[in-house]
Amino acid sequence: MPASRGLAQTPDTERAGRAGRGAEIALDRLTKRYGDFVAVDEVSLTIEPGEFMTLLGPSGSGKTTTLNAIAGFVTPTSGSLRMDGTAIESAPPHKRDIGMVFQHYALFPHMTVAENIAYPLRRRKIAKDRRRELVAAALETVRLGEYGHRYPRELSGGQQQRVAVARAIVYGPRVLLMDEPLGALDKKLRDWLQLEIKRIHAELGTTFVYVTHDQDEALVLSDRIAVFNNGRIEQVGSAHALYERPETLFVAKFLGESTVLRGAAEAGAGRSALGKAGRTLTAAGELTGAAAIVIRPERLVVVGAGERAEPGWNALPATVLQEIYLGSSRKLELRLPDGDTALVREAAGRLSAARPGDEVTLTWRVEDAVLLPDDPDVETVLT
Amino acid sequence: MAVLDEAPGAARPTAGPAAPGRAPRERGAARPAVLLLPALVLVLVFFAYPLATMLWRAFTEPETGWGNFTWFFTTQANIDVLVRTFTTALWVTVIALLLSYPYAYLMTVAGPRGRAALTLLVLVPFWTSLMVRTFAWMVILQDTGVLNRTLDLVGLGPVHLIRTQAGVIVGMVQLLMPFMVLPLYAVMSGIDRRYVQAARSLGARPLTAFAGIYLPLSLPGIAAGSLMVFVSALGFYITPALLGSPDDALISQQIFTQVNGLLQWGRGGAMGVVLLGMTLALLVLVALVTRRAGRKVSL
Amino acid sequence: MNNGSRAARAALWAFCALVGLWLVAPVLVVVPLSFTDKPSLVFPPTGWSTRWYANFFGDPRWTDAFVNSIKVGLLVTLTATVLGTLAALGLTRARLRGLPIAQGTLLSPMIVPGVVFAIGTYALFLKLQLVGTLFGFVVAHTVLALPFVMIPVTASLAGFDRRLEQAAAGLGAGRWTAFRTVTLPLVAPGVVSGALFAFVTSFDEVVVSLFIQSPYLQTLPVQMYGSVTRDTDPTIAAAATMIITLTTAIVLAATLLTARRSRAR
Repeated sequence: MPASRGLAQTPDTERAGRAGRGAEIALDRLTKRYGDFVAVDEVSLTIEPGEFMTLLGPSGSGKTTTLNAIAGFVTPTSGSLRMDGTAIESAPPHKRDIGMVFQHYALFPHMTVAENIAYPLRRRKIAKDRRRELVAAALETVRLGEYGHRYPRELSGGQQQRVAVARAIVYGPRVLLMDEPLGALDKKLRDWLQLEIKRIHAELGTTFVYVTHDQDEALVLSDRIAVFNNGRIEQVGSAHALYERPETLFVAKFLGESTVLRGAAEAGAGRSALGKAGRTLTAAGELTGAAAIVIRPERLVVVGAGERAEPGWNALPATVLQEIYLGSSRKLELRLPDGDTALVREAAGRLSAARPGDEVTLTWRVEDAVLLPDDPDVETVLT
Repeated sequence: MAVLDEAPGAARPTAGPAAPGRAPRERGAARPAVLLLPALVLVLVFFAYPLATMLWRAFTEPETGWGNFTWFFTTQANIDVLVRTFTTALWVTVIALLLSYPYAYLMTVAGPRGRAALTLLVLVPFWTSLMVRTFAWMVILQDTGVLNRTLDLVGLGPVHLIRTQAGVIVGMVQLLMPFMVLPLYAVMSGIDRRYVQAARSLGARPLTAFAGIYLPLSLPGIAAGSLMVFVSALGFYITPALLGSPDDALISQQIFTQVNGLLQWGRGGAMGVVLLGMTLALLVLVALVTRRAGRKVSL
Repeated sequence: MNNGSRAARAALWAFCALVGLWLVAPVLVVVPLSFTDKPSLVFPPTGWSTRWYANFFGDPRWTDAFVNSIKVGLLVTLTATVLGTLAALGLTRARLRGLPIAQGTLLSPMIVPGVVFAIGTYALFLKLQLVGTLFGFVVAHTVLALPFVMIPVTASLAGFDRRLEQAAAGLGAGRWTAFRTVTLPLVAPGVVSGALFAFVTSFDEVVVSLFIQSPYLQTLPVQMYGSVTRDTDPTIAAAATMIITLTTAIVLAATLLTARRSRAR
């Protein structure tokens, strides 16, 4: 079987722990159907060697099915799956050179931590002495040197999670898949383990494919993020690109907070006009038809009753509903004349004078907003 | 039954809801103990006392001493009965396990409808009366019965089953299989399927993953089911009496004969003590083994 | 790999279908047999009639045994459910040193071989002149049925959060009211399945019953046992079919009842 190349020809003993040897993963129109239900719909995605790629999306969006297809637990209905150019879609999981960290870790309860980590090495018939060294090294990598003789149930959730990582990296796979590995942990632990995962990724140089529904996690960890929705990829890009230049309304709403102004757009020269609440708003880009202007909260500027808005900026009258003080910033929730709500974030030190109940003007630069085709499936009402 | 409680909680780390609240010490903490009294009195008077009497008579009738036990263990016919009882129970257990393991496994992986159908098929014998089923097996296993005629059609010729040990085993396996399938299913459905997936992703072939991960994790179910089947099989009376030959009697039938036919209470009691002793010894043994395994697996 | 695993799965299904068929074979044989028109136990029947049911209801030996079984079964259900539920409550709530011993004692009838219990009981009943009495049957069967009530009730009590009772008390319910309105409804599925098991245990019991019966008081399984060893007429198949129907109806009713309850929650 061609896919067994990595396993059969490269001695794992030599590879283990060596950096800079991640594999490229290429999905081409990958599709998985269960009866009438399309779980993954023609997904194409190339993950660079050594890249940290996050598959982000709500539950049921197809991200986990895609991950399981890469791992070999799901056989694609159609499309191709390549690892460094070799088709692997029909290779069984144990023949793929892949490590996986499962949701809830799936540590074998009848084996100690060390036995768990040694398991993949035993399957690869690695000599006992070498095995012991590699287990110790892997435990060191995840900073659990003292815990080899314990059973998984004797460890805390965060420790179990790190054992799962150690088990998945000990044999030096060229790709590491992680399925919501931090989902079961509390916030503080999660923040710390995110940094650990980032550090391990930098140390190993392995290609990481990480599934999560938590956008903050995706922003912290990833080189690039693929946003999934209804079995399709909405957009692939760096965290910065996704945040600043979302290509679909879904991405804009799913990643970070934003104010969405829906209306009918009319394309002009390089710009479009959008009617909203009796005003005409200007947005960059040419688009005609049902559209939405998306503005991030920190790009909105509130102008009080006595002040003047910047010339050339878009302006809408609004009423301040409430303020939420967050220390380093404050959030304002405003109501627009047509009943829609807007969200503003003001950095500490640059707070406006607006108070709940004030009648103000909401302004923003044309370039700071993104004009997107409307998507009726996306809910834009703030909750 | 207690063994069933040893089933491993597979993914323990995300333990369920908070432990039931511990009530503050109530006035008269012994009061709930009164609730135990009626049942305890009943069981002591109508269960423990008669068993104690049986034990007493085994040592005192017709005369005080070990006479009845010496008789039992020095009579070749009795030793034969004992060995036959053990081998029958062993066969029944092994066959039931071999049939139940794939069956219980399929129950855990089948879709909801498939699982419902498989569960129903196990539960039908569970609630069908023992007497009814034994009678049905008499009809099926007859020399001119359904089974033999089916075998005839396939060309396997008639097999003499009724009034043989094989016939007894066939009937007993069917009668006891629910007791094997249900504990197996209980344990298997607690085994996270991701364990096997994890093993596969770590480089294990399907059979290796099964032997190294799934099988050890299902051991508590195997132990519990086998124990229940084996212990029940040891004490079976109705089925061997009706499906078996009087020449191949098991220990329960011999006890019946001693007491009801020969009025030898002492000897019957002694045999009862032997049967009870073996049963208890087995239960204790397996409880110890599974507790050790259970500690390893689920603590 | 995909084809291989699909074939393996098909083989597994085929194997389990055969096992399933074998599991229900007795029922599949007995029910048609009860409608045969021949006075012999030949399967499959060549012609059909209901004469064996007529025979059953025309023969006082069968009808008396049937009525006795129902009577004993209902009384056992009542006593075993009440005593077993109380005992389960006591076991989960009392704090006594001897609790494990009490639990072991109460559950032990389940593991003691039937014949051993039977000869012990027989000797006692001879002394107390309880052989062939309704009281004797009810007492012996209740002892056997107790564990089957205690196990499910204890299980549902173990999953019961006692703070709910305290909450009820805090909302003004007395002890008994809290038990009746909060505890009991929540552990009801356990009690119901316990009661069901109790009835079926009594209704099916043969070994002990064979010892403590008399010609004047027999239960249905005892009458069947006698009939099987004596004659080969299909009345016994008719009796068996009625037992199957009755127990199936009870099980289905209880299942539906508990299913609806748990859905309502």
